[in-house]
Amino acid sequence: MVVATAASEPHPVNGSPVRGITLTIRDVSHHFDLHGQPLPVLDRISLRIGRGEFVALLGPSGCGKSTLLRLVAGLDAPSAGYLLAEEKAIEGPDPSRVVVFQDPTLYPWRTVWNNVSLGLEARGLLRTHRERVEDALRLVGLSGFANAYPHQLSGGMAQRAALARALVNDPTLLILDEPLGQLDSLTRITMQSELVSLWQRAGFTALLVTHDVEEALFLAGRVIVLSGRPTRVKAEIVNAKPYPRHRGDPHLAELRREVFTHLGLDATW
Amino acid sequence: MSSSAVDEISSAPKRAFLARSAARSLVGGFSAAAVWFAVAALAMWWPDAPENDWAYTDDLAFVSGAIAVGITAAALIGVRFAGFQKVQRFAPWFIALAMLVAAWEAVTAKLGLLPLPFFPPPQAILEVVIDDRTRLLEGVFASFRLLAIGYVIGAIIGFVTGVAIGWSRLAGYWIHPILRVIGPLPATAWLPLAFFVFPSSFSASIFLIALATGFPVTVLTWSGVAGVNSAYYDIARTLGANQRFLVLKVAIPAAMPHVFVGLFMGLGNSFAVLVVAEMLGVKAGLGWYLQWAQGWAAYANMYAALLIMALLCSGLITLQFRLRDRLLSWQKGLVRW
Repeated sequence: MVVATAASEPHPVNGSPVRGITLTIRDVSHHFDLHGQPLPVLDRISLRIGRGEFVALLGPSGCGKSTLLRLVAGLDAPSAGYLLAEEKAIEGPDPSRVVVFQDPTLYPWRTVWNNVSLGLEARGLLRTHRERVEDALRLVGLSGFANAYPHQLSGGMAQRAALARALVNDPTLLILDEPLGQLDSLTRITMQSELVSLWQRAGFTALLVTHDVEEALFLAGRVIVLSGRPTRVKAEIVNAKPYPRHRGDPHLAELRREVFTHLGLDATW
Repeated sequence: MSSSAVDEISSAPKRAFLARSAARSLVGGFSAAAVWFAVAALAMWWPDAPENDWAYTDDLAFVSGAIAVGITAAALIGVRFAGFQKVQRFAPWFIALAMLVAAWEAVTAKLGLLPLPFFPPPQAILEVVIDDRTRLLEGVFASFRLLAIGYVIGAIIGFVTGVAIGWSRLAGYWIHPILRVIGPLPATAWLPLAFFVFPSSFSASIFLIALATGFPVTVLTWSGVAGVNSAYYDIARTLGANQRFLVLKVAIPAAMPHVFVGLFMGLGNSFAVLVVAEMLGVKAGLGWYLQWAQGWAAYANMYAALLIMALLCSGLITLQFRLRDRLLSWQKGLVRW
């Protein structure tokens, strides 16, 4: 078993405050009940993520990546092991740890504005913090669509609205569950760059799940390669390349080859 | 007409289009009006069959004429106001209705082909609507009051029960079996017992109407709440929502399309129970009027009451669909009533 440790804690941008939290995952195992039979999903995962770090979890689809994220978000409790956010046990969902899911899951009965304001409304902060909704909408470029309903948005716009809904809560840990997986490749490339600049400006800790190797290497400072089910940490690749990064960078190509090797796909290289 | 030359050019095709549709509206409106004038003339100048000289024949002619004038006026206003150009769309229906009335008038009052009193001519129904208007209005009011009270109580209780079953396991455990046994029983089966147990036939009828409304509303609200995408809850929970927020701001709005199906079914049920309750117990309302008219073999009164009842029920359903369209405007592809 490889224990991944915080090898680097890159400061996103000189001068901008790092507000992100540390996240510790210690010996976490998890299984589902499938017709009364335990189906092991996660096998003794250990991982430490530093303040303001951008970490990507990379693995084949169907491995327990999303399950791990649900545990980090506090939506489910692990079968064994524990998770700490800023050295405090994660016992339930908390608005400081926000998830952006693969599917934007906007509420269809609410306008974009009312979807984005959801977190503030739920915590009774909407009255005093209305401007944060406008800020978040401006940040993702949806100011002109505040009164649109979700069914009127394109896939990329809906995912941007979901991102704004997360950012409006000023998260210290942003959990990204393949947030760009369903977008067309052009929109995806644009939004990857947007994500990086958002992260640099806001200084949150980011945990991204993806099965897109290029995306992981383009965005993250550290890529954790996971095995198939039951999921273990297979390898850890540090990408110290400064931002902004370039997709054609030979160093990224080198790292990609390394990742493919870990995934057992080096024959296709 | 002080618009600039540019406006003049850009709006010219638009105005041409408006002029064309206005012209079409005139053609449709005028032909419908002409047919109604013909109905008026037929009622007026074709003498009634000698054995039955109907008192309100002239009034029928007058009403037909008034309809014709109304259609003409709407068509003319449509030249200026696009909203009135709907006349064009409904013109074929106006014409068909006029022909139906004319045929009915011919075989009853004019030729005396259909047996009386079962098939009264249109003017006999007009006579009832005019002469017996007080009693009919009282009937409409009584029926509406009974229906409204019963329906609102049933809808509210059904909605709350449905949310409770859908949300709480405990509520589901206790209410679900009761619902399964009692629910499918037609509300009218309770009728003898209800009239016996309740202090008045009025309160008994309210109970029956509420019961008939409540069952479909409960089941559909329940299935709506139970079927809410669990990702909606995950989202709200990670954003800091409490249970109250999850119920009021996530589960209920997400279930509303189902709730409205339940309300629609409940309204249909409530009409049926209303009429039965009025026929068998309550001494007021349109159902009672129908029963009374049948007792006196006053078939014209019966047709008049049926007609009014149809308009009332259809109006209420329309109202409910309008409300739904307003509340669920976020939904795509709603069925238009």
